[in-house]
Amino acid sequence: MANRAQIPTNNSALIAMIADEDTVTGFLLAGVGNVDLRRKTNYLIVDSKTTVKQIEDAFKEFTTRDDVAIVLISQYVANMIRFLVDSYNKPVPAILEIPSKDHPYDPAHDSVLSRVKYLFSTESVAGDRR
Amino acid sequence: MSGQGQRLNVVPTVTVLGVIKARLVGATRGHALLKKKSDALTVQFRAILKKIVATKEAMGDIMKSSSFALTEAKYVAGDNIKYTVIENVKTASLRVRSRTENVAGVKLPKFEYFTEAETKNELTGLARGGQQVQGCKTAYVKAIEVLVELASLQTSFLTLDEAIKTTNRRVNALESVVKPKLENTISYIKGELDELEREDFFRLKKIQAFKKREIEKQMKESKKFAEEQAAENLSLQRGISIDAANNMLSATHKDDDIIF
Repeated sequence: MANRAQIPTNNSALIAMIADEDTVTGFLLAGVGNVDLRRKTNYLIVDSKTTVKQIEDAFKEFTTRDDVAIVLISQYVANMIRFLVDSYNKPVPAILEIPSKDHPYDPAHDSVLSRVKYLFSTESVAGDRR
Repeated sequence: MSGQGQRLNVVPTVTVLGVIKARLVGATRGHALLKKKSDALTVQFRAILKKIVATKEAMGDIMKSSSFALTEAKYVAGDNIKYTVIENVKTASLRVRSRTENVAGVKLPKFEYFTEAETKNELTGLARGGQQVQGCKTAYVKAIEVLVELASLQTSFLTLDEAIKTTNRRVNALESVVKPKLENTISYIKGELDELEREDFFRLKKIQAFKKREIEKQMKESKKFAEEQAAENLSLQRGISIDAANNMLSATHKDDDIIF
């Protein structure tokens, strides 16, 4: 088992977000937002002016930070950087694709759920959702 | 070499046979154990799969209701509330703690969220819509709860997937590489030992046959000797030794005892 990535036990980790403004606002209201001493945030608000490069950078940063345990990413944002999300295969931080307000959730695009579906095709995984 | 798959390169002796047999027993036991482990992991995996599907469904609903709560809050408190919220971010009060859970020797991460400090944003929407803002907050905290659970399930899913793959690979390797190899080696050693035994047996037989021939030869000799003895005795009784008789027959032979 030496080749498998070690799962760090962290007593206090953050939830990072890459999502649209409304979703981020909601989660910030719940209190997940964090700004450190260098004014670095643990979230990225994606709007029409955000470039794919910025999203990529944010994704890479969040997935390599060791104080982030979960990365929430809006599904339409994940679709923009699908290749990065699909090639990511570490257990921690966990990538979670969440639905956003004006983009309905499509289970077929979710990188994890498509694997779930592949393994579980007998039952309705995505068939009668939504 | 042996024609049927590979075998270990060993000296065919009884000791090595014992060692290889012990290794085969070990491999069989390991194979059984790994198979059990794989089964246990698969059971866990299926349970997690079911939970993931259920939680994903729940997540859709929760996210819908929380977005709705946010819209409510925005409607009542004005659209500017988001700037207040975004500007007020300092340190996270809602954090995640991760610990590991052990399932059949595989460490699965488990996340749980906790609120560290007293939540801020208390004054947000004080003028109007405070209730909606608080409602929105609880809705999002609930969403986080579901999402954190989903995250741990998903992480477990990925880890278990990997672990099952590794275990199955080991099971298959033991079953189709290591065990046949050991079995081939055992049959090879047995064959060699049989061969040696046959050789030994053949040699013994040869020796036995040789001895038998020797004894027969001796018997014949002794029989001949006895016959000769008997003939001599007979002729001695008649007064002439058989040698003398022979000598008389061979007249050319000069006898120095007799003086003419």
